[in-house]
Amino acid sequence: MAVIRDLNKDKMDVVEGSYAVAHSVKVCKPNVISAYPITPQTHIVEDLSQFIADGEIPNCEYINVESEFSALSALVGSSAVGARCYSATTSQGLELMHEVLFNVSGMRLPIVMTIANRAVSAPINIWNDQQDSISQRDTGWIQLYAEDLQEASDMHAQAYKIAEDKDVMLPVMACMDGFILSHVYEPLVLLEQDLVDEYLPPYEPEYKLDPKNPMTFGSFADPECYTEFRYLQQKAMDNALGKVEEAANDFYKTFGRYYGGLIDEYETEDAEIILMAMGSVIGTIKETIDKLRAKGVKVGLLKVRAFRPFPVEAIRNAIKNAKVVVAIDKNISLGLNEGALFTETKASLYNTSIDVPVIGRMIGHGGRDIPLSTIEKIIDDAVNVMKSGISVESQYADLKEELL
Amino acid sequence: MKEIRIHGRGGQGSVTAAELLAVAAFEDGQFSQAFPAFGVERRGAPVQAFTRISDVPIRLRSQVYEPDYVIVQDPTLLEVVDVVKGAKDTGVIIINSEFDPEEFDLKTNAKVMTVNATKVALDIIGRPIVNTVLLGAFAGATGEIKPDSIVRAVKERFPGKIGDKNAEALIEAYNQIRGDA
Repeated sequence: MAVIRDLNKDKMDVVEGSYAVAHSVKVCKPNVISAYPITPQTHIVEDLSQFIADGEIPNCEYINVESEFSALSALVGSSAVGARCYSATTSQGLELMHEVLFNVSGMRLPIVMTIANRAVSAPINIWNDQQDSISQRDTGWIQLYAEDLQEASDMHAQAYKIAEDKDVMLPVMACMDGFILSHVYEPLVLLEQDLVDEYLPPYEPEYKLDPKNPMTFGSFADPECYTEFRYLQQKAMDNALGKVEEAANDFYKTFGRYYGGLIDEYETEDAEIILMAMGSVIGTIKETIDKLRAKGVKVGLLKVRAFRPFPVEAIRNAIKNAKVVVAIDKNISLGLNEGALFTETKASLYNTSIDVPVIGRMIGHGGRDIPLSTIEKIIDDAVNVMKSGISVESQYADLKEELL
Repeated sequence: MKEIRIHGRGGQGSVTAAELLAVAAFEDGQFSQAFPAFGVERRGAPVQAFTRISDVPIRLRSQVYEPDYVIVQDPTLLEVVDVVKGAKDTGVIIINSEFDPEEFDLKTNAKVMTVNATKVALDIIGRPIVNTVLLGAFAGATGEIKPDSIVRAVKERFPGKIGDKNAEALIEAYNQIRGDA
């Protein structure tokens, strides 16, 4: 199933991305919100605190804190007593949360947090890439990446549905590219309250902190049992593979909109070249594909929606018949010179019978704009791989040599 | 798809203008997208904002490099920014200026049109704020959007008397735009 939209203009409004997300969080009826403002996430939490001040989110507390570390820590306690919790952050704020991220996932708290993806310092840069959330990939959080405002907005209802599923009970990062999505105005259907009420039942935890029924969260685990806790977290991630798909399918049944489950495919059926990417660059890639398809280039797109859990099987199936695959990354693992999507896609194919050359191209770091010409250049590289094999496995595709 | 680039200085409401244009285009029955050249907003510094308008949903997310239309809010920008950069030959450059279009010698094949938006704003709104005024001029110069749709978008954003004054001013600019249509 490909992307399905509701283009009934009577239902749509032109709003800023941050407002759309804040509205989505509102209709998901959180009980506790705690966040610390940081560009480009700020508008989201400003809008939410306004909603609360105006009494538009009943039964919800906004906890003001002095840092991102405190914001997420406050939610650990709140979630443990059974509250539906929300936060939002980006870049250095997310990195400051690093220690708490492990606590949240280890205690199996289904917190949802928006990441308005941004580059990390130094040098200081407030613009978009995905280094911030990719750097948190091993913290045990589910990570979903949105292509446009409608998806980013709708993703929040799906995120709570996945996180709070009894077979999952893991936190979710709903990732949207900072500025490119958080600050864009475009028409979308604001998440419908009545349908959310139907889709997302109130959060009723199986276990919670309760003085009448005392229990401990996140306590000591010695070598006798620590491994089993980690094993169970991985089992929950395995379960999440199916639940991400289910949440997307159920969302389609209720709302009539669909953006893919773990992945989505565009023009891949007969594609010789398949580009893989995450986030807002998807739209620009689709434009480029249409342009090149008209010239006879058989190119398609594999959109990766879920980076954690990593959809190994879905990716294998999607790319097995291609002649060359290009993984596009807005992040780099320094010391390896590869983006994470590239590294993990290659690893997914090893020890299988699938023999497709894969190259990695890193673009759009620190907000460098991604025009069609950058994508076309990457497709040229892929064409060359088909003709004469891989010459450069992984590199920046938009490096300015003249600045070096 | 039509692409619009708005040049202004931080504080002149270029981003707001881009957003209002997107809202107005949508009210007019089209799809739209508006965004700033992110993060460089400082009062007085040159800034840019972009709007795309299309019959179909807009997927492209790059900045605008070959605008169909350019709006210049502040004529002093002509000395410091290449406002016509990449403008399509078939395009229109709308400049807030007291001078006629012929007075400008810009390196472009796009059509240059002018409107004294500052005067219109001072006369009607009482303050030299030209962002909404120039949207009226845009409607007059390009025919891409009905002036009524811009009026609705402006009044929605600025309810009450401020919105009414802005609406009056933008209609005046719609009528005053100069240059061969």
